[in-house]
Amino acid sequence: MTSIEAQVLQPYKYGFVTDIESEDVPLGLNEDIVRLISQKKGEPAFLLEWRLKAYRHWLTLTEPTWANIHHPPIDYQAIRYYSAPKQQIKLDSLDQVDPKLLETFDKLGIPLAEQKRLSGVAVDAVFDSVSVATTFRAELAKYGIIFCAFSEAVREHPALVEKWLGTVVPASDNYFSALNSAVFSDGSFCYIPKGVRSPLELSTYFRINASSTGQFERTLIIADEGSYVSYLEGCSAPVRDENQLHAAVVELIALDDATIKYSTIQNWYPGDENGKGGIYNFVTKRGACRGRNSKISWTQVETGSAITWKYPGCILQGDNSIGEFYSVAVTNNRQQADTGTKMIHMGKNTRSTIISKGISAGHGQNTYRGLVKILKGAEDARNYSQCDSMLIGDQCGAHTFPYIDVRNSSAIMEHEASTSKIGEDQIFYCKQRGLSAEDAVSLIVNGFCKEVFKELPMEFAVEAQNLLGISLEGSVG
Amino acid sequence: MSATPMLEIKGLKATVTTDAKNEILKGLDLSVRAGEVHAIMGPNGSGKSTLAAVLAGHPAYTVTGGTVSYRGKDLLEMSPEDRAREGVFLAFQYPVAIRGITNSYFLRSALNAIRKHRGQEELDPLDFLQVLETKLKQIGWDDSFLNRAVNDGFSGGEKKRNEILQMAILEPTLAILDETDSGLDIDALKTVAEAVNALRRPDRATVVVTHYQRLLNYIVPDRVHVLAGGRIVKSGGKELALELEAKGYDWIKPEAVAV
Repeated sequence: MTSIEAQVLQPYKYGFVTDIESEDVPLGLNEDIVRLISQKKGEPAFLLEWRLKAYRHWLTLTEPTWANIHHPPIDYQAIRYYSAPKQQIKLDSLDQVDPKLLETFDKLGIPLAEQKRLSGVAVDAVFDSVSVATTFRAELAKYGIIFCAFSEAVREHPALVEKWLGTVVPASDNYFSALNSAVFSDGSFCYIPKGVRSPLELSTYFRINASSTGQFERTLIIADEGSYVSYLEGCSAPVRDENQLHAAVVELIALDDATIKYSTIQNWYPGDENGKGGIYNFVTKRGACRGRNSKISWTQVETGSAITWKYPGCILQGDNSIGEFYSVAVTNNRQQADTGTKMIHMGKNTRSTIISKGISAGHGQNTYRGLVKILKGAEDARNYSQCDSMLIGDQCGAHTFPYIDVRNSSAIMEHEASTSKIGEDQIFYCKQRGLSAEDAVSLIVNGFCKEVFKELPMEFAVEAQNLLGISLEGSVG
Repeated sequence: MSATPMLEIKGLKATVTTDAKNEILKGLDLSVRAGEVHAIMGPNGSGKSTLAAVLAGHPAYTVTGGTVSYRGKDLLEMSPEDRAREGVFLAFQYPVAIRGITNSYFLRSALNAIRKHRGQEELDPLDFLQVLETKLKQIGWDDSFLNRAVNDGFSGGEKKRNEILQMAILEPTLAILDETDSGLDIDALKTVAEAVNALRRPDRATVVVTHYQRLLNYIVPDRVHVLAGGRIVKSGGKELALELEAKGYDWIKPEAVAV
């Protein structure tokens, strides 16, 4: 099986460090740090109060231990909570962006300069604690779409931020959401007005660069009545021996007849083959289908991070609303992932679909954890869940923890699960038809993930397949 | 027919990889010339499927002695994928399923791997579709297999037919059919046999491994060999198959001991 493993064990391609002067706050966390971050961003009083309340609540909490992950204790006083490249943050044009930053994003395949931009995708580029550039803003503004850095939204659209911030993921939701609410530095903000279908894919690329620094970003997307938006996020980090913390919060709100499609390609540095280094990724993502006939669809491809702790969920409040979760999670070497979703059915005739594909290789441990909850008032709710695990080699593990809580007898629930192993026989069969071992593994893994990949926007489906070391020709769709 | 055989097996010995003491092939000799069809028959456990697997390079078996020359090259030196690219095709007794990958995509990947090896241009999906349609017409089948995932949810008979379809597309020089007749009803057997016959050419050879004479009514062999105890113990013309059908294998066994 060595050739199979070699195929999956590809070197991390995004591990470089950008040498740039940064403006940092001291290590550690206390009320002064929270105030300092808020001050640096010139925030209104309501937000500082909100942060402080979250911080004080966080002090009363203890780190959760229920997940199927193991790591040495995180020293929250050894982390730097804010680091920004030294430059003028308020930029009128890309000409003022430090060329080193543009070069960094170029290297990551996210060109920001006008002539090189990805067509059809507007990008907000976040570097450590700040957004350095957002493309296509003027074009989007013509449609009334607001797409900007979170800190800018706080300045320019404080009423919208105050109205929606923390309404889906309250600061007190969990340990990491409380931490994020206290110290979040930047992220993306999107508002799609009534009846507008975003003409571009909106996208944020998160880059961690500075050492000893955590990244705590927040994303807030509001899709007003009858609107549609497809949003993508990508991320990467340098190769380092230390473990860096990433604790983000993402909130989505879909009003009547609105649809949000949210896709993630998570490629944080996963650590080396002995489990040294890598990002600890503790993320809270949740969408609220507030309106009737609204829809929120999560698609995630999780290939990076030493630890992934993430459960993008949907609160299906509006009648006839739809929640979807499509996931591919890969754990290799010593990576650990505990990921899944929560589907909370509240409205009548609400529907949810969960398709989870876990791939474990090396000594990787991959856990699916999902909750489907049907509340009393959710007449005729339906859920379909499918959890498939694939094992490569004999040192890895796959685990499944599906929780089902049904309070209304009209609900229809379906759950399917399977575990398979890439076998010598499958590889040999492909080889006997002339395919190399690498192509054989690609083909088998690709086929296994197909139901998820077909949910990704085209450009990103390609990237996702590349990430899995897959030759992509013709196999999506 | 050329003078040198396409496939020449001399004194081939092989054991189970995980159990070196378990020798299954014990000095097997076989010569197959271009244009010929050879049938390998024999009782259960005689080593028929092992022979097919060893020729294809299956890692479950380890060759411990003997030589195999294929078109003048040392077959045993080649990796399984290179054997395939050089024209060796094994129709599996138990074909493997690959979820989420359509037959047509799989076949195009395989054909392109072989074409690349031969220095030919790879086919794009449209060109490939033409190749497919021509082949399907030649063997008289419809295209219902093509958009289904490789062997996923196929019946036993469908899997066997799918092997033959792959063979038709990949145009092997040496085709080895491992009990392709097992699990087929008489109609399916005829269809498969007709497809195999349609692909016969003077520059190709076929080795049919079978348990029963039945298939040989439809695929008429030039030579029939009886494999017992890891060796070829008797060879003859097509009439040998009929004799075996009538008398069973027991009458040969004493000779096997003598060899």
